[in-house]
Amino acid sequence: MFEARHLVIPLSDRDVEGLSAGDRVLLSGSLITARDAAHKRLVELADRGEPLPVDLAGQVIYFVGPTPPKPGEVIGSAGPTTASRMDRYSPRLMALGMKGMIGKGSRGPDVIEAMKKYRCVYFAAMGGAGALLSRSIKSSEVLACDDLGAEAVRRLEVEGFPVVVANDVLGNDLFQMGKASYARSSG
Amino acid sequence: MREIQAVQITEAVKDMCIQANRVLGEDMVAALAGSVKKEESPAGIIVLEQLSENAALASEREMPLCQDTGFSVFFVDVGQDARITGGSLEDAINEGVRQGYRDGLLRASIVDHPFSDRLNTRDNTPAVIHTRMVSGDSLRIVFDAKGGGSENQSRLRMLEPADGREGVRDFIVRAAVDAGPSACPPLIVGVGIGGTFEKCALLAKQALLRELGDPNPDPEVAGLEAECLNAINDSGVGPMGFGGRVTALAVHVESYPCHIASLPVAVNIECHSHRHRSVTL
Repeated sequence: MFEARHLVIPLSDRDVEGLSAGDRVLLSGSLITARDAAHKRLVELADRGEPLPVDLAGQVIYFVGPTPPKPGEVIGSAGPTTASRMDRYSPRLMALGMKGMIGKGSRGPDVIEAMKKYRCVYFAAMGGAGALLSRSIKSSEVLACDDLGAEAVRRLEVEGFPVVVANDVLGNDLFQMGKASYARSSG
Repeated sequence: MREIQAVQITEAVKDMCIQANRVLGEDMVAALAGSVKKEESPAGIIVLEQLSENAALASEREMPLCQDTGFSVFFVDVGQDARITGGSLEDAINEGVRQGYRDGLLRASIVDHPFSDRLNTRDNTPAVIHTRMVSGDSLRIVFDAKGGGSENQSRLRMLEPADGREGVRDFIVRAAVDAGPSACPPLIVGVGIGGTFEKCALLAKQALLRELGDPNPDPEVAGLEAECLNAINDSGVGPMGFGGRVTALAVHVESYPCHIASLPVAVNIECHSHRHRSVTL
């Protein structure tokens, strides 16, 4: 799992089918950011049959609300937020062609099933390492929901953004695998 | 009566907000560095090393350690022989938060109405402020930047006296292990045992703010801390939940007498980005 592979967004079915839980990946291209409030709006738009501010086919959504940039810089700290809060929305966005998600923490069984069905993967990024992760972000542009402040939908151009495959399209779960490997009886 | 100006409080609070969010405490830096030696999982070692690197980078570049710069929580001890002039204590603290989060380019993460509009207040106010009157003529302010992801994994239960030590231990360990990957391990686990419903929650938060790894002076409580820490680290959750030995860096327990009918336990979960400061005016 230590040789990182490079992937360029947009991702194809073939790209995601080649990934296994535990693989280290360096992502390049455009990430779309959205947290809880933005997910709610995206799903409401989709349910009303209205166009989304961005076509999700092949895209990767990063669950992040960054800190403001310093003057002359593109972004502040930008690490992942807890992914499980997006569980109720993610399958709907997978149906629209989303191929990847980036967050921290484990996902629920319904989302893991949906990832198998729609050929989508969930990547874990380093929670709480927002300063380190910001170095891989080269530009940031607000696409929608500017009124949400830190929770706005942004397009981030990234180069070699480091993630680990937490859930692959076969239903494997890095968190369960890792815990099982190191558990001792008393825990 | 010693006079303390409200603007002094505002200035001190502003400074703590910025510094706590950029520079990890020395106890945490040492604990993260030391934990690498205890970790057996290769993925866990990478996580721990990168967290140390993140802390060094944030400090050097004067930027926030984490994008979640937290709810601003304060514990204030007001000496009864001190008098605050030029404004109220709460206004002075909230103004310090406003200035600190603006000038420090920290994220505003507070929404006004929790279950309705949820409009961002844009300046991270209001703070949560716990005030206590104490003897003396000084003012001590403790600041905690409490992240939402780990706070969400916290829990409280009114156990029954018959649940005893074992019930308390199991509840603490279960809370920390269930918090697992979502709360950004390695964790710091703050526990309050006893008192009333609200008292034990407050004790749990205060327990987090102790110097990292200092045991409770009561040997019986210290024994429970050590036992819980071992059990949590036997869970296998590991750094960032990728599997490993280092799931928590410390368990801090505070206890208080309680009612004959009760055994309240609160577990306040804290992530590795454990940011706090204190000042005495």
